Amino acid sequence: MQLLEFQAKELFREYGINLLHSISSTNIEEGRKHAKELGYPFVIKIQVPVGGRGKAGGIQKCQNDDEFELKYPQVMDLTIKGEKARAILLEKMADIKKELYLSIFLNRSKRCYTIIASAEGGVEIESVKNQIIKEVGLGDVSDELAREVAKEMELEGNTAEQFVDTLKKLSKLTIEKEAELVEINPLAIMQDDSIMALDGKFVTDDNSNFRHPELQKYQEKTAIEEQAEKSGFSLVELDGDIAVVGNGAGLVMSTLDMLSDNGGKPACFLDVGGGATTESVYEALTLISKLDRVKGILVNLYGGIVKTTVVAEAFLKAYENNLIDLPVFSRLKGTESEKAKEMLKGSRTNIFDSVEEAINAAVMGVKK
Amino acid sequence: MTDIFGLLKGKPEDSDYENKGVIVQGITGAYGSLHAKQMMAYGTNVVAGVTPGKGGQKFEDKVPIYNTMQEAVDATHAKISIVYVPAKFFLSAAKDALNAGIKLLVAIPEHVPIRDTMEALDLAKKKGAVIIGPNTPGIMIPELIKVGIMPPMPFKAGKIAVLSKSGTLLYEISDALTNSGFGQSITIGIGGDPVNGTRLIDAFEMVKDIPDMEGLVVVGEIGGDSEEILAQRIIDSGFNKPTVAYIAGRAAPKEKRMGHAGAIVMGTYGSAESKVSMFNKANIPVAKRPAEVPVLLAGKMEKSD
Repeated sequence: MQLLEFQAKELFREYGINLLHSISSTNIEEGRKHAKELGYPFVIKIQVPVGGRGKAGGIQKCQNDDEFELKYPQVMDLTIKGEKARAILLEKMADIKKELYLSIFLNRSKRCYTIIASAEGGVEIESVKNQIIKEVGLGDVSDELAREVAKEMELEGNTAEQFVDTLKKLSKLTIEKEAELVEINPLAIMQDDSIMALDGKFVTDDNSNFRHPELQKYQEKTAIEEQAEKSGFSLVELDGDIAVVGNGAGLVMSTLDMLSDNGGKPACFLDVGGGATTESVYEALTLISKLDRVKGILVNLYGGIVKTTVVAEAFLKAYENNLIDLPVFSRLKGTESEKAKEMLKGSRTNIFDSVEEAINAAVMGVKK
Repeated sequence: MTDIFGLLKGKPEDSDYENKGVIVQGITGAYGSLHAKQMMAYGTNVVAGVTPGKGGQKFEDKVPIYNTMQEAVDATHAKISIVYVPAKFFLSAAKDALNAGIKLLVAIPEHVPIRDTMEALDLAKKKGAVIIGPNTPGIMIPELIKVGIMPPMPFKAGKIAVLSKSGTLLYEISDALTNSGFGQSITIGIGGDPVNGTRLIDAFEMVKDIPDMEGLVVVGEIGGDSEEILAQRIIDSGFNKPTVAYIAGRAAPKEKRMGHAGAIVMGTYGSAESKVSMFNKANIPVAKRPAEVPVLLAGKMEKSD
């Protein structure tokens, strides 16, 4: 999960990383109070869990009340990469001399923490030039390594000392919270040579959540995604009209690809998971029935660990309880698939021998 | 590089040739006992189980259960173990196994914290052991040994190596291969996690020189850069056995995790386009759908004849 900037900054503050004064709000009344507290000029920053905010107009300078009244609602109404504003952060304007880049991430290929730093920050990571890359192992960044990075960035004196301090604090934060990625971009050198984190990005390793109850409050899921997680399946909402249900993340992704290739639009990715039961699949169908845009359901199962009959039973129960009156297009293969097909005969489920046929029928079916 | 066939099969002069012992960690759990039974039914030589506190009992009236891996290894001299414990206990189970001398550890649990995986890998490296997974369906030599949870029906003995990030796609694509007359020499599910004990490139190194392996199928998905690194290695090493790839997730939206913890595109990192274009550079065709894999492979086989 990616935290919002102000949430990442809460963690930065806890670890003593230098920040400008900033306050987050979710409505303009709150915002007005904060504007008074901060005093002009400040920056209005949209809080969304994606990058590219600046380019999309989500970061605006603000000099006076009139500008505030105009810009706050404008920024609040933006949608960036499909994400609506969760909050607005007001932050004091900074007197910047130079922008740097600094991040620590869990390097999947090298299997260790890795530092990326650059003396040229403030742009997206893809365009950060002259990257300094250091593998850290699984422990803290040492004084020695932090100094080496500062030296390679050609930082000197007090600025170098502050950078070393920031890097070490960032490393402590990354390790203690088991983050996948912590990024400060830009990390600014101010006119007085002090160093400040002007932005913050923090990506958690959700699998370690059980060790980090303190990060629970940042969880942000749609009600449906939350319910899915509780019931042991995985669901991602998409904006099409055909719900895609299958077992195994790879197979469901593969089904989405084929459906899109054939002109269909997926309404969701639903992996019933290796431990699927009739109850959990029924729960999944209940969630799908609540998505108004869904006009049909495409089922692609390769029964290995999961018995196809378990899924068939869930569908029969759903028909019996009038939970779904949508057409269902399914391809069932593997464990007990003959029995499952027999069970579904005469029901609203159309059964196909190949996934191709099921997909084509689904695409045609929802067009009607 | 680890001699994976040596570990799973052994050499003809060994007393346990083609009958290597496997220890099941977590054998009394619901999942562990179900799959221990299924592995035994497939012909895998399950020699011991481990469940702390249940030492002295027997599983299915014949497999002895021990409290620790050290006891199990001392009694059986097995080099392979399979772990079925909940994710939060994985690290301690892995340490127990590696410290006891296990050389091939198959890690089934899903949702293992990345840091725990990395610590287990660090220890495995020091001990000269290999970890497959976590979040893997396992590894098998069809019709000989199955160390995993895969259903038996899609697989048939043969000469194609299949390496896959996804479990169900491994079954689906092996099924398509089998139906087209391509049996498998070995199949390795590397798992869908961001950090795998055995990456695609490691799995490739394990299988590439096997004399009776005549073709390679790589099943990848969005996220990470395993596929790109593998494609580069194939180019650099001049590997020229017929190879076909499949990549799932072309239609997945960016910055959304598609079930597997590792299946996420950040910016352009981990995108299907990047993987497909690297495979194309390596002269490896990428199938648009699972059913196309055997068709493309047959084409490649014909050309190499």
